[in-house]
Amino acid sequence: MTEKVLMKGNEAIAEAALRSGCLHYFGYPITPQTELTAYMAKRLPKMEGGVFLQAESEISAINMVYGVASTGKRVMTSSSSPGVSLKQEGISYIAGSDLPAVIVNVQRGGPGLGGIQPSQSDYFQATKGGGHGDYHLIVLTPSSVQEMADLTSLAFDLADKYRCPAMLLADGTMGQMMEPVALPEPHMGTVEKPWAVTGTQMKRKHNVVNSLYLQPEVLEKTNFERFERYRQIEENEVRYESYLMDDAEYCIVAFGIAARVAKNAITMMRKDGLKVGLIRPITVWPFPKKAIREAADKVKGFVSVELSMGQMIEDVRLAEECRRPVVLCNRAGGMIPGVDQIIAVTKDLVSSVEGGAR
Amino acid sequence: MAIVFQKPASLTDKELHYCPGCPHGIIHRLVAQAIDALGIEGKTIGVAPVGCAVMAYDYFSCDMVEAAHGRAPAVATGLKRSLPENVIFTYQGDGDLASIGMAETVHAATRNENITIIFVNNAIYGMTGGQMAPTSLPGQVTQTSPYGRDVRTQGYPIRVCELLSALDAPYYIERVAVNNVKNVNAAKKAIEKAFRNQIEGKGFSLIEVVSACPTNWGMTPQKALQWVEDKMIPYYPLGVFKDRGAEAKEAN
Repeated sequence: MTEKVLMKGNEAIAEAALRSGCLHYFGYPITPQTELTAYMAKRLPKMEGGVFLQAESEISAINMVYGVASTGKRVMTSSSSPGVSLKQEGISYIAGSDLPAVIVNVQRGGPGLGGIQPSQSDYFQATKGGGHGDYHLIVLTPSSVQEMADLTSLAFDLADKYRCPAMLLADGTMGQMMEPVALPEPHMGTVEKPWAVTGTQMKRKHNVVNSLYLQPEVLEKTNFERFERYRQIEENEVRYESYLMDDAEYCIVAFGIAARVAKNAITMMRKDGLKVGLIRPITVWPFPKKAIREAADKVKGFVSVELSMGQMIEDVRLAEECRRPVVLCNRAGGMIPGVDQIIAVTKDLVSSVEGGAR
Repeated sequence: MAIVFQKPASLTDKELHYCPGCPHGIIHRLVAQAIDALGIEGKTIGVAPVGCAVMAYDYFSCDMVEAAHGRAPAVATGLKRSLPENVIFTYQGDGDLASIGMAETVHAATRNENITIIFVNNAIYGMTGGQMAPTSLPGQVTQTSPYGRDVRTQGYPIRVCELLSALDAPYYIERVAVNNVKNVNAAKKAIEKAFRNQIEGKGFSLIEVVSACPTNWGMTPQKALQWVEDKMIPYYPLGVFKDRGAEAKEAN
């Protein structure tokens, strides 16, 4: 059994990245992910080949990431919502140039400058593209400090495997909370990167990292090829937790901190005899469509619990194909839905479905 | 028959897309000659801009990266920090470097980032069809300053070399031109020096090349070169603006 250490979520991400062979980090100060940047600032300059740089802006940070990713080395940047908006241009270029990189978003409430309390309101931005053009990120959503570490490691591996940027979509709670965590074993990437720019050494034709294709039929082809890889990701990399779903009559869908509150609500509802289960997406892109679709065969309704005005609920509805009622249980702007609210919304759903029967 | 002049080895055989009379071809050649002279093609990585030189990645035979508009110095920073033994250069125009990419430029300079920047100043946005650039001259007529650049509402041109040389950090800053043989020869020396500085680990070197855009200036190539001499160079004087190597020698 690996020894556990008590760590903040933001620090667990940083340590897991270092253990995943990420020796390059570029960031810009923003709350509530500050500890991650600070951890990297402390550790990377002491490591052989380690590069920490506080960039002049989020825009520069993501473009420095683009530069390192072009060389095939593992690289990461982190920010929080307003800063991640600034990175979108660069993320689109990274996706369009088929480069692996890891971007962390420790979300806070918005829009605009918003606030600094936890939120999940960047779900659309993260899962539907975010920047310009047709592309996806692999989006992982931790629900514990342990997962902050584990999913960071996974993000590097998946990014390399599919030549696709991956995002760790956390929130302020996950970033700030302390929990015991078993840190991942050090491992480096093993994926060959013959496309990387490292200098030709006069031994090969030059490599070009690029997303410009002025001939539309050629650009279309690159899009088709990229989406074939996305199809493989959807086939192979969907991850979710299914909790008490075997006998469930109602299904809560929630990720991150919302899923933890939902589990407590489920425990209490089950004491009252209400058979409620949880599907917790761990990847929100690719979204666990099949799990939701199959759940729709059995359950009478869904509750989407979110720290937003209702974003994931659209994916839940698409996945269950409008066969069951799907209701929203949400808070926004940095507020977190409580156990009481989840129970109340679920019970409302139950009575509307079962009408006078109860 | 003896070969007295040929295409540099570090340019590909790809036909250039530049307009007739455009000095980009000369400047590409000077960069490639420097790479050849220093024998660094195999370890050089170039960063292409957004602008007329956007397809420069097809023309240089070293590894190349295409950057977003204005972001080349940040991309070059990432490349250089992860591959410190390689030689990294950017090739950027005035809109790219001095407008949308000013923050990246200034901060790469103030970090004395060990990279080489070739900055082509032709006082106009060429690729998009001739809009006002941050370096367009007062009164200059462009598509977006059709009545002439009015400094009261559109501001004054930015002299990049003067601005950057006010910083403590950057190692070498020089402005050259390519409007006649004498200037081309001086530009060749400057560009080679900018690469040599990097190889020697000296730090940030930027060479501003005062160039021309016959197409969007609406002039014949000859007239455009004359305009460089008569209008551009008086506003953008040629010379070395910062040379920390020389400063250090003087101090001794």
